[in-house]
Amino acid sequence: MERFTDIFFTPKVTLLDVWKVQQVAGPKYILKSITVTRINSSFRHEMAEMPGAEKFLLCFQCGTCTAGCPISRFSSFYNPRKIARMVQLGLKDKLLSDVALWLCTTCYTCIDNCPQGVEVASIVRILRNLSVKERRIMPLISKKLALNILKTGYAYVIPESRIRRRIARGLPHLPKSNLKQIAKLFGVTGFLDTIENAETFEKVEVKE
Amino acid sequence: MKDLDPEYLIFLGCTIPYRLPSYEISARKVLKTLGVKLVEMPDFNCCGYPVDPVNHELASTLATRNLCLAEEKEMNILTLCNGCFGFLNKVNKVLKEDEGFREKINRNLNEIGMEYKGKIEVKHLIHVLAEDIGFEKIRQNVKKSLSMIRVAQHTGCHLLRPSKYTLRDGGLGGHILLKELIKLTGAECLDYVDEDECCGNPIIGVNEDIPFQMAREKLEHIKRANAQALITVCPFCHIMYDLNQSLIERRFKERFRIPVLHYPQLLGLAMGFTPEELALDELRVKPNELLNSIYNAE
Repeated sequence: MERFTDIFFTPKVTLLDVWKVQQVAGPKYILKSITVTRINSSFRHEMAEMPGAEKFLLCFQCGTCTAGCPISRFSSFYNPRKIARMVQLGLKDKLLSDVALWLCTTCYTCIDNCPQGVEVASIVRILRNLSVKERRIMPLISKKLALNILKTGYAYVIPESRIRRRIARGLPHLPKSNLKQIAKLFGVTGFLDTIENAETFEKVEVKE
Repeated sequence: MKDLDPEYLIFLGCTIPYRLPSYEISARKVLKTLGVKLVEMPDFNCCGYPVDPVNHELASTLATRNLCLAEEKEMNILTLCNGCFGFLNKVNKVLKEDEGFREKINRNLNEIGMEYKGKIEVKHLIHVLAEDIGFEKIRQNVKKSLSMIRVAQHTGCHLLRPSKYTLRDGGLGGHILLKELIKLTGAECLDYVDEDECCGNPIIGVNEDIPFQMAREKLEHIKRANAQALITVCPFCHIMYDLNQSLIERRFKERFRIPVLHYPQLLGLAMGFTPEELALDELRVKPNELLNSIYNAE
């Protein structure tokens, strides 16, 4: 693994590399430009420590995850195989700024289908978490749901009228929430601070 | 001891009381008749799943707080929602296996004077029906066989996957469980293409186009199978196919008109409850034709 990426993704391109390309592509092939994406060499080690991502180095790019992914079937914008590869290569900045991360529905088909036991959906969840933590940006809906939980204990603000209607229909009272304790848990996990300062985006525009 | 009525702490979650009281009403009716005692949560917070994408540690801690509340009551949790089941069950299983994770979560919970011990189980309605009440007892309670109708099932992702958390010892796996439960009512349960495919609802907040295409495809498969109704056991799947069905029809200029029933509504009809008692009038896609074939079959 180490050697593979080192050879193919070094930012230094020598004349020898150009010669090698010409041997395959023909003498007329001129290497005009190469885009080098910044590799974060510690990212792989960081990822390997995360529960759920342990096996990502075992991914051999068979593409079963993408083939079975319902989102990929409707849009090539979201591609779990590619995400797994980018993690292996350490393309941290590119991954964390990619809004396509937010298209995973967490159906977990990729997890059950992977022949190598890689939990691709868990990797996506880890990347989302990291993106929120380090870039301080999250979907508006996530921020709303989180703030509702903080304020009411429930993911929605359930209107009084609906609570009264429950009683009228013979349903029991909704359990109350201990908001003090919930706020404390938001605090100890550091999320209170994150959510207060986080920017939001509303939609993920799909670009094919 | 064996004849004691089973008891559970009912975990309603957020979406059912907010948007789908029909699911709760029908589930409570059916479970009561089958001799299940439901105890209300003494205190509640969201299962944590909605914040998992933004902070896994907070989500897991919120989930575990609910598990601790159930431990104090010494009762297993019964959920009606796939989202709540999937998340609470997964966190419960990981906590039992992974000592490091358990220590981390317990450190957080220590701040509010709680500690997870790993004494309870999390079950979804369909596990309670199939495993604890049992097919035989349900069959005995069916008063009106629904053999005149054909339906399709949609179990939903978080009851199916990841299978390392959802598969239960000695239990039936995958969508077979819901199919068998449907057959107990006498109704025919049809097979169709991609039965285990996702409804798409979890991302509807950031992108409507893809989930609507997914739901449209599902409804097409169900229509092609010639089903008279779709049966769900999850509020999110139900919202996608019932509440959003008319939007999907308008967007793609197609007509489905497939009523979507919560499983306890179907079972309730077979147990002799009236459609009103089961809140069938609250469905967006009106099940009139289905009810006609049930009550005018003779």
